[in-house]
Amino acid sequence: MKSRKFLLNSAAHLVLAVLSLVWVLPIIFALLTSFRAESGSAKTYIIPKAFTLENYTGLFNVNVGGLNYSRWFFNTLLVAAASCVLSAFFILCVAYAMSRLRFTMRRPFMNVALILGMFPGFMSMIAVYYILKGFGFLESGATSLVALVLVYSGGAGLGFYITKGFFDTIPKALDEAAYLDGCTKWQVFTKITLPLSKPIAVYTLIVSFMAPWTDYIFAKVIMGQNRDYYTIAIGLWTMLEKEFIETYYTRFFAGCVLISIPISILFLLTQKFYTDSMSGAVKG
Amino acid sequence: MKARNSKAAPPDGEAGGFLTLEAIKNGDTITRLSLLVFGLGNLLRGQAGRFLLYIVVEVAYLVYMAVYGFQSLVNMSTLGTVLAGEEFSEELGIFVYTPGDNSMLFLLYGVMTIVITAGFLCVMASSLRSAYVTQKLQAAGFKPPSLGADIKTLLDQNLHKLLMTWPITGILIFTIVPLVFMVLIAFTNYDRTHQVPGNLFDWVGLTNFQAMFSFTATGFGRTFFPVLGWTLIWAVFATFSNYILGMLLAILINRNGTRFKAFWRFMFVLSIALPAFVSLLTMRTIFSNSGPFNILLQQLGILASNQTVTWWGDPMLARVMIIVVNIWIGVPYTMLTTTGILQNIPAELYEAATVDGASPVTTFFKITLPYMIFVMTPYLITAFVGNINNFNVIYLLTGGGPETLEYYYAGKTDLLVTWLYKLTIQEKDYNLGSVIGILVFVLMAVFSLLAYRRSGAYKNEEEFQK
Repeated sequence: MKSRKFLLNSAAHLVLAVLSLVWVLPIIFALLTSFRAESGSAKTYIIPKAFTLENYTGLFNVNVGGLNYSRWFFNTLLVAAASCVLSAFFILCVAYAMSRLRFTMRRPFMNVALILGMFPGFMSMIAVYYILKGFGFLESGATSLVALVLVYSGGAGLGFYITKGFFDTIPKALDEAAYLDGCTKWQVFTKITLPLSKPIAVYTLIVSFMAPWTDYIFAKVIMGQNRDYYTIAIGLWTMLEKEFIETYYTRFFAGCVLISIPISILFLLTQKFYTDSMSGAVKG
Repeated sequence: MKARNSKAAPPDGEAGGFLTLEAIKNGDTITRLSLLVFGLGNLLRGQAGRFLLYIVVEVAYLVYMAVYGFQSLVNMSTLGTVLAGEEFSEELGIFVYTPGDNSMLFLLYGVMTIVITAGFLCVMASSLRSAYVTQKLQAAGFKPPSLGADIKTLLDQNLHKLLMTWPITGILIFTIVPLVFMVLIAFTNYDRTHQVPGNLFDWVGLTNFQAMFSFTATGFGRTFFPVLGWTLIWAVFATFSNYILGMLLAILINRNGTRFKAFWRFMFVLSIALPAFVSLLTMRTIFSNSGPFNILLQQLGILASNQTVTWWGDPMLARVMIIVVNIWIGVPYTMLTTTGILQNIPAELYEAATVDGASPVTTFFKITLPYMIFVMTPYLITAFVGNINNFNVIYLLTGGGPETLEYYYAGKTDLLVTWLYKLTIQEKDYNLGSVIGILVFVLMAVFSLLAYRRSGAYKNEEEFQK
């Protein structure tokens, strides 16, 4: 019996070891390639012959006509910062109205939001593109970044479900007490609900902040061939296109590693705040 | 709750629909006239401020309709009649380019006018209600509130108006108008041969839907049904492979005999840290023809040194590879989400099973799997619906390829959504793209409604809020 158990345990550990190797190897490959000194994509070996930091420093050297990683980084940072503030504002407003206020259009709005969410997101992209063009947002690169912010945050009000769920957990007794003391609804929202909602507010902010870093479709349609105003995701994709892949192959991996670090930290933060907010606003 | 209602004097907004009907039935002449002259009731009963707001909206709308709006509705029904062309100019003595009508802009402006008109009708109803409420207040001997008092209610009983205005404006411009526009495109012939500017497109009724389902030479059924089939197969395999393998992995890590649990978990969670598009692009490179996986196989002697496997080249192999890569990406997530739920399965069930002499395999299929599927059905349906729309995995791995001449601008691994993307962005067959969008919507609506109706959050919303 004992030897059977030992065999089972060894087998389990062996399987886990093989599997985790499968899961870790691609990451190690990306890391190794990002430090590889020899350029070019096709190699007859996997482990680099020489290592260098040049792929990383090269990303930040502005070379005329080439691909400008640091510029993409700041484009994305700007768009992400602006759109996360706007989106979070929209989401918090709608979620509070849906959770705490009672008015005729509440149920219809929730149903409409549900239906709208079922259309493929980029189906309406062409129309959005022409609307933005009509308003003159796509004339120059700088205003098309503004357009991108509007695209990411314009419809954000529809994504209120998680935040509404959080507001629902705040006991209504708190509101009642405040009303008895003569508070207006606005005061209850700003002085009671919002201060209790820090985890969900931070969660909403980070989630909206991360969207522009990973979105590929909308950015590509709006920016087209305007490479100076690319965001990180389409920029990195461009590096793998035929005309760039030979020169930028190793730098592509360096760029991926660099971008993965802040995003994974943010991701871990969302997990923390998500679990915090799921445990409710008022403990005990 | 009671305290709040008794404080709010006019029952404005609480039951808008009923109030509008009641106002038409019981309102006096002035109140009813407020439907024509907005805010009339307010003006005559001492609320000049409200009257001004209403009348400004009405005049602005009428001016808009007179100048642009009416014409844009007419244009929308015809979608333009004047073709672009060249016209001889007597003055200059040369042929001059005449721009002609732009059907696309006509349709877009038409949709905007309809949305603006809908807003106008809401204001109209609101004017009637406002007049009626004021009439009742006066009849009961109260002084109607001033504009200042009205604005103050925005922070209290009308807070929803303050909070919802901007989000709804954003949703209207960036979601509803574009969506209505694209849905209407499905009923036109706006394809590659009817491109604006320069050409016109027109209403064609349900022709596009018929073409999508027909197997004739001009129909797209021969592309649509195989793509739909692969979309469903992909969604089923992607959802269940991730779910079952992730659960097995969680069980393997959490079983009593396993040591270094945190270490194993870390090894798998590491891949979550990469943004999805980074891991997808990395995977595409790893399995490319001259990529490291082929080289690894050569070095291990499985392949001859000049031999490669085109992982993304063969339809069947590419489909299998997509599902395998998706497992690599998705399993760590499922492992994390299922770990907690697995620990909640009552231990007595397992003890009883062991006493009865059930093997681990039997306990998995008879206890663990049924329990998990029961608890996680809504999660599974959400994941399934998400996979139907999983644009990134397909587009970044294969781009829909390998290409084939059997299909109309679709590759063998294209999902409906990536086909939609190709048809609209690359091929400019907007009408077909929009038909696919509507069909995907129907598909998703069926599955989402199933999920949503089952969830307790929908059924017992009020009971849940204490």
